[in-house]
Amino acid sequence: MLGEAWRAMGANKMRTILTMLGMVIGVGAVVLMMAIGQGAQYAIGQTISAMGSNLFVLLSGSSQTGGVRTGSGSALTLTVADADAIAELPGVQASAPIHPGSAQVVYGPNNWNTAIIGSTPAYLDARAWPVVSGAAFTASDVRSATRVALIGQTTAQNLFGDEDPVGRTLRIRQSPFTVLGVLGSKGQGMDGRDQDDSLIIPLTTAQRNVFGTQFPGTVRMVMVQAASQEIMPQVEKSMTELLRQRHRLREGQEADFYLRNLTAVADSAAESTRVMSMLLGAIASVSLLVGGIGIMNIMLVSVTERTREIGIRMAIGARERDILLQFLLEAVIISVVGCFIGLLLGIGGAWLTQLLTDTMVIISGSSVLVAFGVAATVGIFFGYYPAQKAARLNPIEALRYP
Amino acid sequence: MNPEVIRIEGLGKSYQASAGAFPALKAVKLTIRKGEFVAIMGPSGSGKSTFMNILGCLDAPTIGRYEMEGRSVAELDRDELALLRNRTIGFVFQGFNLLPRMTLRDNVALPLIYCGVKKAERQARAETLLVKVGLADKADSLPNQISGGQQQRVAIARALVNRPSLLLADEPTGNLDSHTSLDIMALFETLNHEGITIVLVTHEPDIARHAKRQIHFLDGGIVSDQMTEELTA
Repeated sequence: MLGEAWRAMGANKMRTILTMLGMVIGVGAVVLMMAIGQGAQYAIGQTISAMGSNLFVLLSGSSQTGGVRTGSGSALTLTVADADAIAELPGVQASAPIHPGSAQVVYGPNNWNTAIIGSTPAYLDARAWPVVSGAAFTASDVRSATRVALIGQTTAQNLFGDEDPVGRTLRIRQSPFTVLGVLGSKGQGMDGRDQDDSLIIPLTTAQRNVFGTQFPGTVRMVMVQAASQEIMPQVEKSMTELLRQRHRLREGQEADFYLRNLTAVADSAAESTRVMSMLLGAIASVSLLVGGIGIMNIMLVSVTERTREIGIRMAIGARERDILLQFLLEAVIISVVGCFIGLLLGIGGAWLTQLLTDTMVIISGSSVLVAFGVAATVGIFFGYYPAQKAARLNPIEALRYP
Repeated sequence: MNPEVIRIEGLGKSYQASAGAFPALKAVKLTIRKGEFVAIMGPSGSGKSTFMNILGCLDAPTIGRYEMEGRSVAELDRDELALLRNRTIGFVFQGFNLLPRMTLRDNVALPLIYCGVKKAERQARAETLLVKVGLADKADSLPNQISGGQQQRVAIARALVNRPSLLLADEPTGNLDSHTSLDIMALFETLNHEGITIVLVTHEPDIARHAKRQIHFLDGGIVSDQMTEELTA
């Protein structure tokens, strides 16, 4: 039976190849698009989990001086006490007051300008940011404003090179700081900045010794982590109520702080990636469908052309199912071989995409399986009607076909 | 007397034409016994080809009874008919009807595919038959590489490969010259001597003379049914 199918396909090589090409392109497109889509989803997932999950950011309000309004965080309405109070709210996992800035950091002959984050140990929890060597500073470091620092990977590389930074002393604006630990790598943030190019020091140290502040105890921002995604709206509500109370805001009065849900931003990015990859898959599937219709078309032509042959076969004893199987087999072989070639092309294309554009691609076993399954189904689905048409022929009419 | 292979009673076939039903066969009654060699004759349009197609289970009668080896053909479904064509009947066509892309060996072996014979045995049986029809050296040729007479021999080999009890031939010499026709008829005579029942359709009296029994059709009915010995006597 297989030999027969090969013979029939070989009799019209060009036609077989062109029909197969429809499947090749369809399957190749599906595999490539799925690889790109899954790669993008994976990349965005990485970014989101690096950011930390279920996060809110509280920003101080803006100040207004004679009609000129400054940006958020300029009025320093939030306090460390606010952050501590929020930490006590039910559903809040961590609450970290933050004083961000940047400064020139010096170690020996090297110096480097980096982002300095003044915060508390809660910050590391909220961002899910591990210390990979050495140790984190503690609440007592924050209380006594010790000069210690946790160093990001990029900063460490630029200042220390191959040296182990733990235990060394670097200087920020002339003040010596002991490096307690090295932070794990976070990679690129949602805004595209290198998150590893940073240095974390105790909040109090940042405020008193490095940047200074007009109002001790106030902060520009507080990062809050909710215990789970589900309770985020509830935490948001209770946090707003608490802060309005603490800031003695009247009903209807504009809030003097801004509350941002970071997860919502991340979710919408993930959602748009998901939609994009689905769209890519859908468009690619259309070409698979077109390939299937091509198979059906050619099989119908083939059945008509070989009507006489079908008649002869029936006259010497072929049953309906023999004829059905013969034509179905041909359609399935075309689609499965086409699928195999398409798979190779799709994987090659994905690999090339990764190489040339630096886009992350993922070829999962499931996408390969799906492509194969779809191809076999397409072959059977679109091959069945022509095959059945052949099998149902009346022998004497088929024999009379010119 | 030998057992009956074919028994036909009140057989009729009509075609639907625009001017109403057109009868091609009318109330045909015929019995053929094992080992007979029958020639069916008649002018074109007399219904002999239609009759042959019904005998070969390629076409169904509109009315009447057709029994093959005691079984009523009308009660068989499509698969059982296919089995009958595969095992019991060998059919030889005027136009040979070999499959053009297959070697002669594969052409002869083709009926065996449909009854599940293994490939090695298929090949062996096909070769045996090709030897019998004198074409052993051409087993790997394609049909378009040999002459018409040779093609018809291959077609006969194909019809015989599954050892049928009945060989039907519709104008087997119609496309052949007179010399080649004689060869083919000699082959039929040999086969008949070996015990195969043969029914062939022809419109040439010279060809029909090789058969033992001659039946004449006219306007869809049998007008004469005689033994060749009686005719020549």
